Amino acid sequence: MIAFLFKGLLRDRSRSLFPILITGSGVAITVLTFAWVSGILNETIETTARFRAGHLKVRTNALNEQQYPNIMELVLTDAGKIKNQLEAEFPHLTWKSRIQFGGLMDVPDKNGETIAQAPVAGLGIDLMSKDRSEIKHLNLGKALAKGNLPQKSGEILLSDDLFEKLGLRLGQSVTYIGSDMNGSMVFYNFKISGTVRFGIKAMDRGAMIASLEDMQDTLDMQDATTEIFGFFKDGFYHAEQASRIRASFNDSQKATGPFAPVMVRLEDQDNMGEMLSYMNAMFSAILIIFIFVISLVLWNAGLMNGIRRYGEIGVRLAIGESKSHLYWSLIIEALILGIVSYILGTAAGLIPSYYLQVHGVDFSAFTQNADFMMSNVMRARITPINFWIGIVPGVIAPFIGAAISGIGIFKRETAELFKELEV
Amino acid sequence: MEPVIAVSNLDKTFPVANEDFFALQNIDLQFAPGEFSGIVGPSGSGKTTLLNIMGSLDKATNGKVYFMGDEITSLSAKESAQLRSRKIGFIFQTYNLLPVYTVYENLELPLILLGMSTADKKQAIMESLEWVGLTDKVNSKPAQLSGGQCQRVAIARAMVKKPTVILADEPTANLDSENSHIILKTMKKINDASGSTFIFSTHDDKVIGYLKRKITLVDGGIQQDETF
Repeated sequence: MIAFLFKGLLRDRSRSLFPILITGSGVAITVLTFAWVSGILNETIETTARFRAGHLKVRTNALNEQQYPNIMELVLTDAGKIKNQLEAEFPHLTWKSRIQFGGLMDVPDKNGETIAQAPVAGLGIDLMSKDRSEIKHLNLGKALAKGNLPQKSGEILLSDDLFEKLGLRLGQSVTYIGSDMNGSMVFYNFKISGTVRFGIKAMDRGAMIASLEDMQDTLDMQDATTEIFGFFKDGFYHAEQASRIRASFNDSQKATGPFAPVMVRLEDQDNMGEMLSYMNAMFSAILIIFIFVISLVLWNAGLMNGIRRYGEIGVRLAIGESKSHLYWSLIIEALILGIVSYILGTAAGLIPSYYLQVHGVDFSAFTQNADFMMSNVMRARITPINFWIGIVPGVIAPFIGAAISGIGIFKRETAELFKELEV
Repeated sequence: MEPVIAVSNLDKTFPVANEDFFALQNIDLQFAPGEFSGIVGPSGSGKTTLLNIMGSLDKATNGKVYFMGDEITSLSAKESAQLRSRKIGFIFQTYNLLPVYTVYENLELPLILLGMSTADKKQAIMESLEWVGLTDKVNSKPAQLSGGQCQRVAIARAMVKKPTVILADEPTANLDSENSHIILKTMKKINDASGSTFIFSTHDDKVIGYLKRKITLVDGGIQQDETF
């Protein structure tokens, strides 16, 4: 009987092709929307993590309370020892020292006279070791607009916008003017090896990237750093695990006072906690409403399909098929169509999701004056949830539609169904 | 001889504006095996309702219906379905063939419900199509057939399981005169050959001309019961 019904299903496009097209489209839209929204949420988190917050971060109590990273007097000393401890206790994270600093970039002419100046926000990162994880975290390979990454001491990267604004050329020397960890003014010459464009306005406006060792020398920060960043090795932020690590590290610290190290999570910084909660709530609300609406439409389609077939149902009852047999055949049919729609719709949704994950959409025209850490290129993100979220609109909604419309078979008198013969 | 169908003191009412409207009232009838009978009367006289109750598609409000001596008025939905699948064939005014299936498959459906083997199904289907003279249309779909051919397929579908009774509701209403006679001759031939009982609901004079017994229904009650 199943084979007989399946044959009819394949031949009748109004019962197979069109429901699959409608339901599959609903599933594809759901999958794409989920990937897109979770991509935006993740992009915001990861951008903040990679450039500013890390997944976890160790800094001094004083710096933490100041919530201002460029105060050189509040840096973490004995950074090497603390980093070793972190690497030993939490090996599933990559721990990297970074120096965040601010200052002025002075461009001298051949006589040493200033021809241009601009403020810079700088990062001293591990560029010289064999471990290239920081290059990966900041995506420097892709962000490189001109020239090369620094190969030796004394070389820096500048934001491409600043480079162009100041009319610089590759290989030109510039002078960094700032203050060291003791408060003394420092002047240090660097050579520009390349320029970068991150697609993040806050960084592209005036970033300077130098090696950690150069900045330790420049700022008189031997075995000191402003912060030690921790990144989960799988590249994704895990809030619960981060909380456990933070508690474990902070509980183990015997030293107290303003210069004692303290660990903070991503969401402990820059109101990221509130932002994450808000975004998660918005994300959930949008998805629930969206899935509900799509499910309602597809449930209705399932319902209408059932009602439209009262005529056929009447014939089958007259021929001697039982109501329960008929009911279950409608349910099985809805499930088969739902599963096919779910598989095809998920595949159809994943293709543009994957494209958007790889290429993204450039929103730089809308974020030209934005100061917050947000990538100009928004990308979708495919997660395991994308593979099963389509079950709700694809399988469950039509199933419920068929089940409810099928109840009509039981509630109606057989003769009433019989009278509604339409075929 | 035990009647194939016996109706005893049967009433059927429908609620209309807080009152019960009697579609059928105080019906007593018996149909012997092999009869070629018709329930005739104007529209709204209760013909189809009576046919539906005798075919176990509808329930009587009062009274009893017996099929081969067994009371069927109190059967469950599942038992009614079993009775229809084994013992009763239906022919409808609008043919009601399933359009996505071929003639063969339309005839196959009732046999699938009976759980017949493929070989037995094929034999029964071809035999049934031979009766109605449509073996050459076995792979055609309903849309490729004329109205008369569709009704002959519907007769073959009703006959394919060799039922005890065939209930035909206005079987010629959608056919021209020539096709009506072809259909009626075909059913008469089957009646003579198989011994199946045919009960019609009709107001078509052409059908009435073929009947051996005519039961006239007016306003839900039997006005006349004539045998020819």
